Amino acid sequence: MKPVKFDYHAPASLDEALALLRRYGGDAKILAGGQSLMPLLNFRLSRPAALVDLNRIPSLAYIEEHDGQVRFGAMTRQRMIEFSPLVARRLPLLREATKWVGHLPIRTRGTIGGSIAHADPSAEYPAVLTALDGEVVARGPKGERVVKAKDLFVTYLTTSLEPDEILVEVRLPATDAGAGFALEEFARRHGDFAIVAIAALVVPDGARCRAARLATAGAGPVPVRLRAAEQILERDGLTDAAIDAAAGRAAELVSPDSDIHASADYRRHLTAVLTRRALRRALRVAHG
Amino acid sequence: MADAVTVRLTVNGVEREGRCEPRKLLVDFLREDLGLTGTHVGCEHGICGACTILIDGEAARSCIMLAVQADGAELLTIEGLMRDGKLHPLQEAFREHHGLQCGFCTPGMLMTALDLLRTNPSPTEAEIREGISAVLCRCTGYHGIVRAVEAAARKMR
Repeated sequence: MKPVKFDYHAPASLDEALALLRRYGGDAKILAGGQSLMPLLNFRLSRPAALVDLNRIPSLAYIEEHDGQVRFGAMTRQRMIEFSPLVARRLPLLREATKWVGHLPIRTRGTIGGSIAHADPSAEYPAVLTALDGEVVARGPKGERVVKAKDLFVTYLTTSLEPDEILVEVRLPATDAGAGFALEEFARRHGDFAIVAIAALVVPDGARCRAARLATAGAGPVPVRLRAAEQILERDGLTDAAIDAAAGRAAELVSPDSDIHASADYRRHLTAVLTRRALRRALRVAHG
Repeated sequence: MADAVTVRLTVNGVEREGRCEPRKLLVDFLREDLGLTGTHVGCEHGICGACTILIDGEAARSCIMLAVQADGAELLTIEGLMRDGKLHPLQEAFREHHGLQCGFCTPGMLMTALDLLRTNPSPTEAEIREGISAVLCRCTGYHGIVRAVEAAARKMR
């Protein structure tokens, strides 16, 4: 036996799940796809009194378009996102990011809600949520509230969600036709978490840039939206010089930490290099 | 085991049942409770891929899933790959093209390749390499495995 003993609950409804969280008062962990939580349990780094397994609540898995947003039930598997025609058409950046999430057997179980609520700053989905100004819906004892990406991530593995709240939906604005996108990532091995990744979206308008969106993974304790770098492109267009300037600015906007995988300086360097690559490729994608 | 739960599932077309604690990992349940030791336990934290099986037709890692979560599911393990006493085309190809040496990763490699070829029946070499990168092999250097998957893909189309 690897994990410590815990009470196991697999409620059939969200209300039941919320009642269980209340009952354990912060000592329960929510089990979504389990691809990050189960290793923590096996190592006994996580020792919850109870697991509340959301896998028996089928109403939490869906992908639908609504009011210009693509909405995902929190338990929608990454694999379903990878093969969804709606995502391919309306959120191509998310589709590309999904291919970087672990490996196919991980994506079979891993969920969009779990990946975002786990808030690993090196993960791809939080970066996409941040780049696209997405939001999540949290349900708690007092009902539902919408939390913007910029208000969600607090620090490493920590969100602003309360212990008695469950992330139930992820909302991302659909991408207009004509936009270009790219996710550039550097990791030691494909399928590992990113040392640094950059998610980029550009909407060219002739020689101008109508909108640019840039966010990081792996370059600090939370995903960083690179607004000042975006503004250079929105002001100067998508020229080589503007892209170089935006990449240089991007490196100034992050405050990465050093760890066993890479130094802070190296991460800052990667931020510039990957921002440049992501923007160039996004522009090529936009021009078909 | 006062808090034991009953797990009923279908493994390789056969209905099976066992009782275990909720904290029991699916791979340990397969090996210890159902006696299906073909699925290997490697890293036990979802990195090496040796324990990969098909759960409701899709490859997943049985060391980072609880047995109780598989209640009602349909599993395919390495023991279910042979049909009517004949090796599966993937198994044949692994033998033919030196797709294994010590054999430790092979069950996970085969189940991962099976899912890969179901989702993508004509993968490029790069797609095969990406697909099998979900499983670590320390013997072959992967070349034989890539050739085996290519050969099996041709046969299975």
